[in-house]
Amino acid sequence: MSANTNEMPNKLCSKQDLEALQKELINGRKSDRVFISVCNGTACHPYGCAQLIETFKQEISQQDLGNKAELRITGCHGLCEKGPIVVIQPGDIFYQQVKLEDVPEILRETISKGNIIDRLLHTDPTTGSKIVHRHEIPFYRKQKRNILGNNVEINPTRIEDYIAIGGYTALAKALFEMTPEQIIEQIKRSGLRGRGGAGFPTGTKWESCRHAPGDIKYVIVNADEGDPGAYANEGLLSGNPHSVLEGLIIGAYAIGANQGYVYVRNEYPLALANITTALNQAQQLGLLGENILGSRFDLNVSITRGGGAFVCGESTALMASLEGKVGEPRAKYVHTVEKGLWDRPSDLNNVETWANVPVIINKGADWYRTLGTDSSKGTKIFSLVGKISNTGLVEVPMGITLREIIYDIGGGIRGGKKFKAVQTGGPSGGCLPEKFLDLPVDFDELTKAGSMMGSGGMIVMDETTCMVDIAKYFLTFLEEESCGKCVPCREGIKRMRQILNDITEGKGGEEDIDLLEQLSATLVDSSLCALGSTAPNPVITTIRYFRDEYEAHIKEKRCPAGVCKALISYYIIKEKCPGCGLCVKACPQDAITFIGKKKPVALDESKCIKCGACYDVCKLGAVGRK
Amino acid sequence: MVTLTINGREVKAEKGQTILQVAREIGIDIPTLCHNEALEPYGACRLCIVEVSKGKRTEIVTSCLYPVEEGLEVKTDSPRVISNRKMILELLLARCSKNKVIQRLASQMGIEQPSFKSEYLEDNDCIVCGLCVRACEQVVGVSAISLVNRGITKEPASPFLEPAADCIGCGSCYYICPTGAIKMEDRKDTRIIYNWKVEFKLKKCKVCGNYWAPEKQLDYIKKKWNLPEDFFDICPTCK
Repeated sequence: MSANTNEMPNKLCSKQDLEALQKELINGRKSDRVFISVCNGTACHPYGCAQLIETFKQEISQQDLGNKAELRITGCHGLCEKGPIVVIQPGDIFYQQVKLEDVPEILRETISKGNIIDRLLHTDPTTGSKIVHRHEIPFYRKQKRNILGNNVEINPTRIEDYIAIGGYTALAKALFEMTPEQIIEQIKRSGLRGRGGAGFPTGTKWESCRHAPGDIKYVIVNADEGDPGAYANEGLLSGNPHSVLEGLIIGAYAIGANQGYVYVRNEYPLALANITTALNQAQQLGLLGENILGSRFDLNVSITRGGGAFVCGESTALMASLEGKVGEPRAKYVHTVEKGLWDRPSDLNNVETWANVPVIINKGADWYRTLGTDSSKGTKIFSLVGKISNTGLVEVPMGITLREIIYDIGGGIRGGKKFKAVQTGGPSGGCLPEKFLDLPVDFDELTKAGSMMGSGGMIVMDETTCMVDIAKYFLTFLEEESCGKCVPCREGIKRMRQILNDITEGKGGEEDIDLLEQLSATLVDSSLCALGSTAPNPVITTIRYFRDEYEAHIKEKRCPAGVCKALISYYIIKEKCPGCGLCVKACPQDAITFIGKKKPVALDESKCIKCGACYDVCKLGAVGRK
Repeated sequence: MVTLTINGREVKAEKGQTILQVAREIGIDIPTLCHNEALEPYGACRLCIVEVSKGKRTEIVTSCLYPVEEGLEVKTDSPRVISNRKMILELLLARCSKNKVIQRLASQMGIEQPSFKSEYLEDNDCIVCGLCVRACEQVVGVSAISLVNRGITKEPASPFLEPAADCIGCGSCYYICPTGAIKMEDRKDTRIIYNWKVEFKLKKCKVCGNYWAPEKQLDYIKKKWNLPEDFFDICPTCK
């Protein structure tokens, strides 16, 4: 067998074959090699990581370091805010915001001589000191990257990399040392709950599907992550596709399914490309297809691209879409584990849920249970975004507090502003205020507070966020993404958005809050699927926790955060204005007139479109907003 | 057989029946708009919601889809059901503010005006119940039309909004529409279905001389059931 990059190893016909390949791959990794892991994740692409990778390749050959250094093109490393990221192993040296011109120096200094380049190191936001090692960076220190951690260790397009770090050993263990019942028992014992949002116990779901009558059963990976601001599933599927696939194969074996589907949204080109490559490689190596590793277990997996409807992340809508029908949900009074895809027993799990499976099988349910809270075990991946210093993909143990995620990992609010709210669970999650910062992140605790775990969005908002405006934003998204099948969702979200729109434009009435609450109750109770029944969450929670903001808009016609254009106006504070003219240049409407040196400028309100350019550009605080 | 209670009355029902079927059998009226016994239940209009309790759990479900279960307690007009049903009707009335059917249903629930601002009220007839599309697919077997777009823009339409090439002019969509949203007209020897932009030549009865059905529909039936070419030369009245 060969571990060469260009040709695939031979087909593996037994557990021993896999173990032999793994040994060979590990031995083949020369111990004197230095690995340069360059993040090729989606978020690093706009920063030019593709060119960076090319430059590394050229420079390695120019400096004749081919025998010493090996470039590893990896998936997302997590700290997207500081991309492109380069990690050098051994040593765990972390360089951030690496530019093309830094490459020769990295090779010359760090790779050849072992010197650290201070300029490229991460700065501790609290102490201001430079940090050399990745594991010492506060962003990573409090995380438990059980699932995402391997992203740095592997090239996701090379199955050899995955096997070399122990990949597919859980599958071999499951196939040869465990019965399907034992696997299900382990998953049940581990306490793993669905990472797609609802948090249904995974083992129980598998068990129901296994026991459901029918010869033909299906397993499905839901990779239709469509929440605004969320890319947790993307980072995992593009960065470590084999871990998802391995989980899927184990699940299929436990359930008794011989056909699997990976439903990926087409807007995730990297994830789509990498899972396709992974699938082909697994097939070639005999880890998929007929008689997997000689176990007599068969599984075929196909990839289906989603057309971009948010609602297709809902299990029944996804299955309708897989069947080639319009992606509309149906009532789940008969569960999909009994009657799912083509009316056959089907088990659908989220990308992250599947990726947890090999970890549980390898390390055991008891180990897994040590992480987390009573009702939520293991870790959870979040896309930490919004008004936060360190945006990125984080994986935290269940039970960690929101405060730890936002302040210790996320580095706090950007620009020293004040925290206002955090929304978890995607567009239909709730917005939680400061008093919940010490809430442990746990399926049930988040639900009790009026939000939800969701599939992993976490949007942080600061004092410049208007809570009525943010509720309107999410409802606008959901109005467009409602499938339109049932009346409460289709018509109700639209009416709620209209009311919110009126409030932000100063046309709200005192009865509007009541009406929003009544509409919310009907949507929660009588919508067909979870899209409609959770859609009011942003409204319910912003009314519950930020009622004063609604009242300021309605009664005082005032937007306390200064966001709603109809309710704010800009003016020149004459005693502060030296007439420098910066705002005159910034104004796109010519609404500000330069009168003369040392004379305050004049603002014509009739021309002003309230874009705030003058307010932002004035360093002297001479532009006021009311 | 399973035993359940509906509004306190104990009822025996066949397994596999829905709450709506059983309730109607014993004379309990539950309003519906998207339901038709000839078609698969769909659960879109949500008017048929009822409150069900089993053990500690109480939830609102659509009776057209919910299968009966042993020991289920059903309430078809609890305060929670009524308040939700009223809001659903208000939403429908806001969409179809001038439609007589919706106005009448709303009025029966005590709603004269929806709670929304009058400038936002719309004048639609279609409530997107999908009956036309489902009848065309499930009963006629033609699938000439479908629901297109999503969210608030969802509507039944012909493919690419062009004249519906597969339509046979049978008018099932027109007859099944609960709100009169489909406009069909027989003008002498021509049938027009305006929604799908189609026109059909009508067959003339050899005996009475009346135009009685679209030729395309009759050809479709003849082909499907392998009937003789002259089978429909005489209209059912004269036969």
